Amino acid sequence: MCLGIPGQIVEMVDEHHHIAKAEVSGVRRAVNIGLLAEGPDAVGVGDWVLIHVGFAMSKIDEEEARSTREFLISLGAPYEEELDELEKSRIE
Amino acid sequence: MSMRFVDEYRTGDVAQRLATQIAELVEPGRQYKIMEVCGGHTHSIYQHGVEDLLPDEIELVHGPGCPVCVIPMGRQDDAIAIAQRPEVIFTTFGDMMRVPASNGSLLDAKSRGADVRMVYSPLDALKLARDNPDRHVVFFAIGFETTTPSTAVTLLRARAEGITNFSLFVNHVTIIPAIRAILDSPDLRLDGFIGPGHVATVIGTRPFRFIARDFQRPVVVSGFEPVDVLQGVYQVMTQLRDERCEVENQYSRVVRDEGNPAALRAIGQTMELRTTFEWRGLGFISHSALKLRPEFADWDAEVLFDVPGVRVADPKACQCGEVLKGVIKPWECKVFGTACTPEHPIGTCMVSSEGACAAYYNYGRHAGRRRREEAPTPA
Repeated sequence: MCLGIPGQIVEMVDEHHHIAKAEVSGVRRAVNIGLLAEGPDAVGVGDWVLIHVGFAMSKIDEEEARSTREFLISLGAPYEEELDELEKSRIE
Repeated sequence: MSMRFVDEYRTGDVAQRLATQIAELVEPGRQYKIMEVCGGHTHSIYQHGVEDLLPDEIELVHGPGCPVCVIPMGRQDDAIAIAQRPEVIFTTFGDMMRVPASNGSLLDAKSRGADVRMVYSPLDALKLARDNPDRHVVFFAIGFETTTPSTAVTLLRARAEGITNFSLFVNHVTIIPAIRAILDSPDLRLDGFIGPGHVATVIGTRPFRFIARDFQRPVVVSGFEPVDVLQGVYQVMTQLRDERCEVENQYSRVVRDEGNPAALRAIGQTMELRTTFEWRGLGFISHSALKLRPEFADWDAEVLFDVPGVRVADPKACQCGEVLKGVIKPWECKVFGTACTPEHPIGTCMVSSEGACAAYYNYGRHAGRRRREEAPTPA
C-alpha cells in the first residue's frame, strides 16, 4: 500500500476521468493520472510515473524508474504482493 | 560491515564510500540519534543492513510513519462493526486485514461471514459499488498523505457520477503533527530527521521547515534505496557539523518543494482536520487526522452508520507505542518474537511489512541479537 511503484503510461483509456493504462513489470492495468494533468509534470503516453494505490503521484524519468524497480525487486515479498494486488485491480 | 549489503546490492561501492564519509563526520565522544520517519525507510534499512554500515555513534531511530501501525484498536473495532452489517461490502487494503482488534481481525470477521474484500485501490472499491447497486460498499481509507489524495479523487468521482451506495470510513493521518508530538515529548532526544520521500511528493518540503526553525534540527527528505538513506544520513551529519538546521531535499529527482498541487487541492476540497485523533501508542494528537467535509456527509461511513467509537486500550503486553516513538527497539519489547510474531501479531508494528517490528523480525533479528550480546552486562 505504501510502495510507490514505477510504471510507464502506454495508452489513454478515458480522458474525461483521467484513466490511462500503465505497464508495471509486465502487468498492464488502468490507473488514474489526474493528479499529473497540469504544469511541467503533466504526463502522457510514454512517460514514467510512480503509482500509489492506482494513482500516478509523480513523474519520473526512465533511469529513476529502472533503479526504483530494481530496488523494489530486491525487497522481495512486499513488491510481489503489490504486483499481485495490482493484477487483480479493475479500475475503470 | 554487512557483507549482505556489498554482495547483494549493486551500489555497494557507493554505499561504502558514503559510510566512510559519514564516519569522518562523527565528533569524538558524541552520540547521534537520527529518526527515519517513514516505514518504507525502516524496511529498506533492515533489509539491506544499512545500520551495519554506520559507525556505532550513530543510531537510526524508527518513527511513527507506518499508517497500519498507528490506527488505534478502537477504530479497528469500528471498522469491524461496519463490516458486519449485512448490506455492507467492506473493502480494505490487504495490510489492514490482519490487524488485531478487540475481537479478532477483519480476516476473522470475514471468516464469521462478514463480506470483507481486499482491494488494490479505492477506485476498485468504487467499481464494486457500481457493479453491486443493491449493496453498500464501504472503503476503509487509511494512510498518510501518499494515499489521502487517492481517497479524495475517488470521492469526487463518486459524487460526479452520483454513486450513493458508496462511502468512506476515513482514517487518514497527517505526519507533521506526529513529528511535532515526538519533538515535544521528553522521552527522546533526536539530532535530526530523514524525511519521508513519498509523503513529500504530495506535501512538498516546506511543511517540514518547523523542525529546523522551531526545534533546530536538520531534516533531509530522502529516497528509499539504501544509498538514498545513507546520503540522507550524510547530509544530516554535515548539517550538524556545520551547526546548520535546514530542510534539504535529497530526493529531488521525485520530490518538488511545492509537492503535488493537484493532490493537495483534492484533499482540501473533500476533507478537513479533526480536532483530535488517537494514534496507537502515541495517544491523542490534536489536528493530526482528516475527516470528510460536511458537504460529503452522504459518503461518510461515520455519519451513515452508528459506529461504537469507543476508545480501547492496547493489550498490556504490547509496547507498540514505545516502538513507534523510537523509545525502545522492537527487540526490547517483552513479547517481540515470542507471543508476538508476523503470523500471530499482538501489536500493529508486527503486522505490516513496514512496521518496525515486522521488519526487524524478518531481517534484523540477528543484528539485534548480536548487539544485545555485545552490550556490557551489569556487574
